Amino acid sequence: MSVAVTIETIEKRFENFPALRGVSLDIQPGELVALLGPSGSGKTTLLRLIAGLEQADRGRVLFGETDTHDLSLRERRIGFVFQHYALFKTMNVADNIAFGPRSRPHRERAGESEIRKRVSELLELVQLQGLEKRYPSQLSGGQRQRVALARALAIEPRVLLLDEPFGALDARVRKDLRGWLRELHGRTGHTTVFVTHDQEEALELADRVAILNDGRIEQVGSADDVYDHPATPFVCEFLGEANKLPVKVVGSQAFFGDRPVLGGITQNQGGPASLYVRPQHLRIVDETPLALPGTVEHLRRNGPLRRAEVAVEGLKKRLDVDLASQVAPAIGERVRLRITHGNLFAAA
Amino acid sequence: MSDVTAPFVPAAPARRSSARGESLSVRIALISVSLAFLLLFLALPLASVFVEAGAKGWEAYRAAITEPDAQAAIRLTLLVAAIAVPFNIVVGIAAAWAIAKFEFRGKNLLISMIDLPFSVSPVISGLVFVLLFGAQGYFGPWLQAHDIKIIFALPGLILATIFVTFPFVARELIPHMQSLGTADEEAALTLGASPWRVFFRVTLPNVKWSLFYGVLLCNARAMGEFGAVAVVSGKIRGLTNTMPLHIEILYNEYMGAAAFAVASLLAGLALVTLALKTLLEWRFGDEIAASRRH
Repeated sequence: MSVAVTIETIEKRFENFPALRGVSLDIQPGELVALLGPSGSGKTTLLRLIAGLEQADRGRVLFGETDTHDLSLRERRIGFVFQHYALFKTMNVADNIAFGPRSRPHRERAGESEIRKRVSELLELVQLQGLEKRYPSQLSGGQRQRVALARALAIEPRVLLLDEPFGALDARVRKDLRGWLRELHGRTGHTTVFVTHDQEEALELADRVAILNDGRIEQVGSADDVYDHPATPFVCEFLGEANKLPVKVVGSQAFFGDRPVLGGITQNQGGPASLYVRPQHLRIVDETPLALPGTVEHLRRNGPLRRAEVAVEGLKKRLDVDLASQVAPAIGERVRLRITHGNLFAAA
Repeated sequence: MSDVTAPFVPAAPARRSSARGESLSVRIALISVSLAFLLLFLALPLASVFVEAGAKGWEAYRAAITEPDAQAAIRLTLLVAAIAVPFNIVVGIAAAWAIAKFEFRGKNLLISMIDLPFSVSPVISGLVFVLLFGAQGYFGPWLQAHDIKIIFALPGLILATIFVTFPFVARELIPHMQSLGTADEEAALTLGASPWRVFFRVTLPNVKWSLFYGVLLCNARAMGEFGAVAVVSGKIRGLTNTMPLHIEILYNEYMGAAAFAVASLLAGLALVTLALKTLLEWRFGDEIAASRRH
């Protein structure tokens, strides 16, 4: 039932605004892929193109071996969950879910009793038994979300597409639904693509994450891939926080000013570069040959983490440093920082 | 930064009953001005219509509305409304659909055009049709040659009524449809529904209350329209006289009681419309609110 989705060099313009400029992506059958990016990056446009709600100016979308260009929306068999769910307000939950099966052409339509059986199975799947007769306005946000999902699953879709599935929910419900959706995907095994601007959500939920920026895909990979080995400065900055240091690479060492700060560089790129270092990859040390001196100017607590802001001479922005030990430095204290891991990108 | 934030306590002004701060006397004044206006300009005239209508007793009232010319006027009014209202429903829905769901050049012009019948005097609305289809009009000679009568006949009455009442349905629907957007329709299409099914099961039910209000108002105006209809009617008794025209003729002929008797029917229609609207709001209030919400 699940199919592979192949996206080939898609281009799409709106008026004078290029929304997608040459996007290609291969999605395996049964895979759960996140399209992650800031607003305006083209991620929702890409999702709507896969669904057939928009037409590409150039390029193709294939389901398995089939070019979708000539398929009608009905023939595509897409399960689309809209950002605000788009539940039919004038129908109750059961009628919403049964809408797809009842919309089949007469010859292919299942009997009414069979449809009703399917609806109750789906309600059980999304854990909403007993709410058949409720109207969408009588449901909570999380319940609406699950009705929308059940409605999309009712047509036995070949591909499931979700537009910001948790965008309209509050933080707690969001967390619960995330785990639940992962589990549901494990059970039903639909090829699933979802759009999000929340990197945490994408990394936690998806088998692979495609990071979009300005109408292009910057990187595709597993959560570990994209987080630990970002391909571009954009990916590095978008996925979590990163301090940026202008450095100069000579041989296997990176220099900040005339001070060596990182060694063992194997990438073959001499000259000016930007070094991106995540706050957890900066450590306060006593003495080390490769260290960056600075002054603690601010201490903050961010949930379980304590964080110091350290001013370094020659750098406008203070460095964010996660404090590993319970012993925090005092404000005004002079410290030395060691970089345990960093990502180097040639200076633009 | 300090850990302690002092709670913001505004100084409470004396004898303010609400956060917006109107004092009791202002509220009483506003309410009584509105009430007095409604009583003086709406309730009183309406009541006087019914009082005058019954002034000569039940028999006279019955005679006035069963007399052949009056019966013909009632039938004609119902016929005109029965054609003009469905026509405006169909065209109004089409226009609202086009404006709310598509982007196209000249959309703003179309929106202003829909308001045109409201901003033009009804007399002019009628004269336009005389200019077009009258004996001396642009199409007059051609129509005469083919023996088609529009002015001073039923087609003219219908045209004028359609023109004057066109905005009611469209104007109710446009803002509502615009606020709903197109996500529901897109959802229905991805679920495999045919365009007709999308329209009848999703789009139309979503706006049914707005549509119903529009139809009520459109119907009330279609039956009550005077100015535009007066110009194209020619006021031929028993043939091209609608109820409002019949009332005017009776009144001009000093048959006050008969005029008010027929007028009471029209006024009754207005009251029935109002009652129907209130009843529906009371009975289906939650559903109406829900379907009007995002």
